[in-house]
Amino acid sequence: MAVENIVEIKHLTKVFNDGKNEVRALEDIGLEIKEGSFTSIIGGSGCGKSTMLRIIGGIDIEYTGEVLVNGSKVTAPSREKGFVFQDHRLLPWLTVKENIRFSLPKEQKKNDALIKEYLELVGLSDFENSLPKQLSGGMAQRVAIARALANKPKILLLDEPFGALDAITKVNLQEELLKIWQKEKITMIIVTHDIDEAVYLGENVVVMTPRPGRIKQIYKTDLGTPRLRTGSLFAKAREDIYKEFFKEAEIPFTYNI
Amino acid sequence: MNKPQKKDVFYWFLYFALPLIILIIWESFDRAGKLKPYTMPSLEKLFDTTVEYAKNGQLLTNIGVSVSLVLEGFFLALVTALIIGMLVSLFPKFDTFTDLIIQILKPIPPIAWIPLAILWFGIGQESKIFIIFIGAVFPVFLNTVDGVKTIDKKYFELAKVYEIPKSELIKNIIIPGALPSIMTGIRLGVGNAWVSVVAAEMIGATKGVGYMLSNGRSLSRPDIVILGMLLVGVFGKIMDDILRLLRKKVITWL
Ligand SMILES: Nc1ncnc2c1ncn2[C@@H]1O[C@H](COP(=O)(O)OP(=O)(O)OP(=O)(O)O)[C@@H](O)[C@H]1O
Ligand SMILES: [Mg+2]
Repeated sequence: MAVENIVEIKHLTKVFNDGKNEVRALEDIGLEIKEGSFTSIIGGSGCGKSTMLRIIGGIDIEYTGEVLVNGSKVTAPSREKGFVFQDHRLLPWLTVKENIRFSLPKEQKKNDALIKEYLELVGLSDFENSLPKQLSGGMAQRVAIARALANKPKILLLDEPFGALDAITKVNLQEELLKIWQKEKITMIIVTHDIDEAVYLGENVVVMTPRPGRIKQIYKTDLGTPRLRTGSLFAKAREDIYKEFFKEAEIPFTYNI
Repeated sequence: MNKPQKKDVFYWFLYFALPLIILIIWESFDRAGKLKPYTMPSLEKLFDTTVEYAKNGQLLTNIGVSVSLVLEGFFLALVTALIIGMLVSLFPKFDTFTDLIIQILKPIPPIAWIPLAILWFGIGQESKIFIIFIGAVFPVFLNTVDGVKTIDKKYFELAKVYEIPKSELIKNIIIPGALPSIMTGIRLGVGNAWVSVVAAEMIGATKGVGYMLSNGRSLSRPDIVILGMLLVGVFGKIMDDILRLLRKKVITWL
């Protein structure tokens, strides 16, 4: 039986307890994510976005409630749940190519064609023998994305992957990510605190609020095909999200129809 | 770190200026008749002794004996320290099991082992290798453990995400991650091994640079003593230079 919702979260609560202090990082989260969709999670610092993503990815498995990926309970990380961290997390002593090879399952270790294919996808074929220190931040993050994709995940979880990049590189990588999503049809969840990024990439935008971490609202966005950053649909969607965070009078932009 | 200096003529002038000044002062003391031959040799005497030792082969023999002892003792220490260091890093129970004894042995300096080493192994080469081993094993061991401990936890998280098996974790994360620190340990260890061999040879030996020192003293020949000291210094520096070069070749990613 096909599972329509690749991620199903019910009554998820996560409390960090270091003996002295108790932080309610997530409280009673409910979320369903359709296979093949693109979801953005947005919210201020400390509202539990990373925590939620790490739980979906199986990196953190201590929580109460129910978290199902692909219909079964998450008990450990796995290759089918690709994870792109905020830092590129390439091993500094391995070349780009070897970094990807390192991540591959045993039967694919010798598959140079696979490595090449994904480096090409992110436009870095010429850098396969470079060390991470020879790459710019944006290039390193593209390698990290290639590494995740080469493992053929069913779902790709991205935790503020472009947070540390300049605006122009960021827009380019967003476009690339969108193309990859359309081509590979992988379910994607991106955590961000950039409203434009959330609106532009996500078909669903999950807005979270802190202390305790809760879902405030889930927006469906439709920017038309192809998506336009300059169109009125984008401006409208962006305004809706802004209103979640700021009072109307504070909204610092006007329509540009 | 300060920026690397450009190695122009001025750099080399500055580099050799201090040794040159010391030589000039030394020579002028000699010319003023202030040096007594049984406490401080003239530069000329030191030079003659050096040539003599070089010609009759004693220079090469003594240095050769000490260097080969250091290599043997250090190699044993390296293998032991890496194995125990990895076991301690990988198995917390083994760490607990060995911790107290290591903490107690660590502060005992290599020279304090000399009496016991002579009782156990006599005054032959074995006792020296033992002392060198003691001197070299702790720096390598401690830096190995420290190197593994300071590997960024985020790489272990990465390994979990990609379901990396333990053997590959060791090969691709633990060993390269700890390598810079291990290389530091090796440099300290070789330095310590060199210091230990001189100490051990001074107390009971018939060959080696340490023997040159004690022999020169009993003959009241400060020229032999100083030649021995210079050999220790120069060879110590050469070994350190080689290791620094090796580190640069091995650790390309920093
Ligand atoms: N390992 C931990 N131990 C204790 N508390 C933690 C831990 N990780 C996160 N927290 C707490 O949980 C809350 C949510 O953290 P989380 O990292 O999920 O926030 P975030 O939404 O990703 O924030 P940011 O946008 O700054 O990355 C924070 O209050 C944080 O202090
Ligand atoms: Mg975060």
